[in-house]
Amino acid sequence: MATSTPRSDRPDLARVPLVSAVVADRRPLPALPRPAGPYRRAWWRFRRDRLAMGALALFALLAVVSFLGPLVIAIDPYQQDLRGSLLAPGDAGHLLGTDNFGRDVLLRLVDGGRVSMTVGLAAVSVSLAIGGLIGLFAGYFGGWTDRILMRIIDVKLAFPGILLALVIVTVLGSGLEKVMIAVGIGGIPRFARVVRGSVLNTKGELYVEAARSIGASDRRIMFVHLVPQVLGPVITIGTFGLATAILSTASLSFLGLGAQPPTAEWGLMLSEARRFIRIAWWLAVFPGLAIMLAVLTVNVIGDAVRDALDPRLQTAGD
Amino acid sequence: MAKFIAQRFVEAIPVVLLASLLVFAILHLIPGDPVDAMMGAAAFGVGTPEQRIALAEQIRDDLGLNDPLAIQYVRWLGNAVRGDLGQSYIQHQAVTKLILDRLPSTLELAGAAMLLSIVLGMSLGVIAAVKRSSPIDAAVMLFSLGGVSIPSFAFAILMILIFSVTLGLVPATGSGSFDRLILPALVLGYEGTGLIARLTRASLLEVMGLEYIRTARGKGLHPRTILRRHALRNALVPIVTIVGLQVGRLLAGSVIVETVFARQGIGQLAINAILAKDYPVVQGVILLTAVSYLVANLLVDVSYGYLNPKIRSA
Repeated sequence: MATSTPRSDRPDLARVPLVSAVVADRRPLPALPRPAGPYRRAWWRFRRDRLAMGALALFALLAVVSFLGPLVIAIDPYQQDLRGSLLAPGDAGHLLGTDNFGRDVLLRLVDGGRVSMTVGLAAVSVSLAIGGLIGLFAGYFGGWTDRILMRIIDVKLAFPGILLALVIVTVLGSGLEKVMIAVGIGGIPRFARVVRGSVLNTKGELYVEAARSIGASDRRIMFVHLVPQVLGPVITIGTFGLATAILSTASLSFLGLGAQPPTAEWGLMLSEARRFIRIAWWLAVFPGLAIMLAVLTVNVIGDAVRDALDPRLQTAGD
Repeated sequence: MAKFIAQRFVEAIPVVLLASLLVFAILHLIPGDPVDAMMGAAAFGVGTPEQRIALAEQIRDDLGLNDPLAIQYVRWLGNAVRGDLGQSYIQHQAVTKLILDRLPSTLELAGAAMLLSIVLGMSLGVIAAVKRSSPIDAAVMLFSLGGVSIPSFAFAILMILIFSVTLGLVPATGSGSFDRLILPALVLGYEGTGLIARLTRASLLEVMGLEYIRTARGKGLHPRTILRRHALRNALVPIVTIVGLQVGRLLAGSVIVETVFARQGIGQLAINAILAKDYPVVQGVILLTAVSYLVANLLVDVSYGYLNPKIRSA
């Protein structure tokens, strides 16, 4: 079959949810393989979003360079060269210039990318593990379990933005691992709410009742039958969560509460750049662009993932 | 209506109490001793180690740090309600006074940012909705995506680089005059502008598809009249919500913006207190932020009832 099929030859509409994503300005679709699972279908929808595919490619590039780059390039991002300090971009083979210690900005950005992504993923894992469990239990058992767990989650409402992370870092002290935990805890409520909502919607389904009637335990119903159902929204929230986590980590490092010198972390690099803003603009501009690019791509991917997985799901606010 | 307001108010009390308990508990479970921080270098090398330990013990007694935590909490909360947030460990001043001294600067910044994001955000949102699927719409959406993706500190530094360092139009740092307010308000207001623009657009598009709008169109009303008198009013409810949430974002965001622009506000007070382990100040600022955020959301809830009678009875 040809890679692209004319519009009139669209796959069986009964199998594909009629979503608003089917709009005129998108390119013709490759045919959907007939017996397609929900994730196959989601990927099929996702692939049509050119902006999102571009963002995904860019993000993959960032990830590959950050994680594999250090293995290929032998130069150390912490290598100081005081005679070659504050070189402008392009000077002496330093594509993005050097900082006040003569360290190569590009290499430090690459190293910082690894730090940001690692911390971001770790933070999202923390939120997912704790928030997901809370949501699962609250949604499944309902009643008092639900009321108490959700009241605890509500308290997070009183600490907007990075405020909760600030409180937690106050307690734990500064440092990247602490920031990981702080940002992770900050993301718990979102996961808890979304998982709870999905569980509430699903637990009344006939197949759950069927599982119960043949004697499945609560644990089996929750982890074998309900978890796959909440996976879709969780992937969406997780993607947006990654963007928020990268941003919060950089913010805390910028404030001096996260990564400590000489770590190459984007927020910290920007913070250090403030002292040289009048003589070395590149120290501030490139880390800023790096953070922006990373967060923007993840947000665009998140938007598309949401549309692809469940067109009805609203953006979850903080 | 009065019953509705009272009910919302009662519901907010446990959240405030839990939040205050959390603030208190967290800061008292910290490993590390505030008394050490207070004595600091000043006490170092003074007297014998035994004398220093005795002195520390006496300070702890004076501050009531040896009492059970529950008693300390009730005492702290009781004082807080009466406006006494304790003494700063480091600056040896009342926390309430430290906060009040810096509050005007933060309110000025947050107010300007809020005004900017409401006016600009709603205008952009309406334009994008009216010009749906046009390049203008795409540009507005891209602009608003930037609001949630560009970290405020990076944006702030970029603005300083452009408008202060290169063009020399406004001062880079400090507070107290109008030209020093422009950049910080712009930076702090950007995220909200983007969110409000996005939401206004979505909400307006939804309302514009409803039947009563078709009716209004059918009777030949001018499109502008329909937009202003029919559509925008109903589109307002979700926008009011996000404005309430903005109060919190602005207070949290002021921490970063005030640091970058060296403004003497609440946010900067908080950061310096965290770095110096000045717990009473941290507690005070966070409690204040949490309470103002909850009050703002309470007001939003109440205004819902006012804007949409259906919610009142539900």
